[in-house]
Amino acid sequence: MGFRVGSDWRAPIAELERLYAGYPQPEDGIPDFTVRLFAARPWRRWLRPAVTLGGDFVLPDAAPLPLAQGLLAAEMAMNLQMALGQRRYLLLHASAVERDGCAVLMTGLSGAGKSTLAALLGARGWRLMGDEFALVDPATGLVHAFPRLVSLKNAAIDVVRAALPEARFGPLLAGTPKGDIRHLVPDAEAVARMAEPAQPALILFPRFGFDAAERGLGPSEVFVRLTQASTNYVALGERGFEAMTRLVREVPARAIDYPDADSAIAQVETLWSAL
Amino acid sequence: MERAVSRDATLLVQALRDPTSVAALDAQGWTALIAMARAEQLIGTLAHRLDGVAMPAAAARILADARGSAIEQRRTAVWEAEAARRALAGVDTPVVLLKGTAYAAAGLAAGQGRSIGDLDILMPRRTLDVVERALLDAGWEWVKPDPYDDAYYRHSMHELPPLIHRERDRMIDVHHTILPLTARVTPDAEALIADSIALENGLRVLSPEDMICHAAAHLFADGDLAGGLRNLWDIHCLIGEFGVAGLVDRARRHGLSAAVARAARLAHALYATPVPERWRKLSYTDRLYRRRLLARDGWGRPTRRLTRFGFYLRSHWLRMPPAMLARHLWTKWRKGYRPV
Repeated sequence: MGFRVGSDWRAPIAELERLYAGYPQPEDGIPDFTVRLFAARPWRRWLRPAVTLGGDFVLPDAAPLPLAQGLLAAEMAMNLQMALGQRRYLLLHASAVERDGCAVLMTGLSGAGKSTLAALLGARGWRLMGDEFALVDPATGLVHAFPRLVSLKNAAIDVVRAALPEARFGPLLAGTPKGDIRHLVPDAEAVARMAEPAQPALILFPRFGFDAAERGLGPSEVFVRLTQASTNYVALGERGFEAMTRLVREVPARAIDYPDADSAIAQVETLWSAL
Repeated sequence: MERAVSRDATLLVQALRDPTSVAALDAQGWTALIAMARAEQLIGTLAHRLDGVAMPAAAARILADARGSAIEQRRTAVWEAEAARRALAGVDTPVVLLKGTAYAAAGLAAGQGRSIGDLDILMPRRTLDVVERALLDAGWEWVKPDPYDDAYYRHSMHELPPLIHRERDRMIDVHHTILPLTARVTPDAEALIADSIALENGLRVLSPEDMICHAAAHLFADGDLAGGLRNLWDIHCLIGEFGVAGLVDRARRHGLSAAVARAARLAHALYATPVPERWRKLSYTDRLYRRRLLARDGWGRPTRRLTRFGFYLRSHWLRMPPAMLARHLWTKWRKGYRPV
């Protein structure tokens, strides 16, 4: 998946160039999607500059962001192209990590900790496949990686910085609509192996802020939760249904509650070794 | 190269008109072509046109996705038409499909790869109360919460306020004619329905000449030419498939001679549609239309703001008398609506 990003301002592009420096260019020089960051009114370029999200696919009423959050605007606009326009893969709003060719998918509401857990597992020898979208190929059932900048929010920022002292981070974006955000640059392995898909082996529904607990889920509940986590399940029609039911049938799923990151990591490792 | 090819949408029109022209494109040209086609809702049509043409692997993949997406949209649209047929089975007149769904249901060239959004149907005006009741009973709901908008539709427009189905999330526009009631031209709605053609499943579509008249009315006698390149492509395909026999007489009957002639001239100029000699030369005004139709750059951005704004004003001028227009625009402005 490649993107072309245009902007009325230099700063967001400079940030993207710096943080995505190690990434390959789009194949054949033809990106899958175009993203535009622009001033909705000419004076908004200079006077309290506000970044409106544009591109091939847009939501009509997306609120503009201040220029200081231009990087976030670019990331949101790229995610929007995937959520609204991507039709090759069944898209799950989930993070994914891989080990030995097998992937763990983690999905949940905002704040469930899917980005944080993916980053922390990445620090413990797992390959980070992505923190926002897992791409399921309807033809093979394999999960494809989409390792973009990992979006860490609020308290998670320091937790991950402590676990990955050597890693590169974007600037601290304070006071965004989702609180403080800081982006983690995926490590060299995640980037180098992004074209390698993995067999989905475990689906987790993590929930942060509760005593440690774990339960299995019936296939109907997994199905409903995953359709809610997919932005293009309906648009894919029968291919989407086939891919989704295959995932539900073949991959074990668990809901885990956790009070802190250490306990969550231990839960994931335990479930993994029991597979 | 990009600067040269993507100042306006000529690149897209050229690719639709002559698929082999894409052989000359570099990566930037392809990127511009794809962005324009998406912005003009023509990506599926383009993908269909370019099927089998040699191109870079990345472009081929994007267009293959677009073809798949168009097939899915088509299936959804035809299913939605069937849902409407079932919901309206108790109404004493059959459902006439319009625009994209009609092209898809009738298997026409204009439907190949076409993006299809809302379901548009035509019903006799006398049946509207029954139709509205039946749709509400079958799970459709109002989408226009604003009382001004609702009243505007009911008193002035050629359709009911849009309804959306609460489970399938699909919109239906119920038309009782093909132009607003306040427009200066009044097409013969009874003739549209009387001469419509039955499909196997009991749904109906307009006759070929009426399809062209409707597409031309939609493009030039209504609206501000948003999505104009796609609507003109519909006309190109319809004329290509059915020819123009009987078209002039039919257009005159609906008061749409000027719109149909302009559609034919522009379709010929942009897409090389085979039309009679008299429709092969653009007037000065036609050139303004062409300028507006092509107002899109290689980033998919709308361009030529002044031209666009001119056509926005014109669309309203055609739609309603001056005093009403002033009142309408003032009301919409106060509600915060900005056209460009």
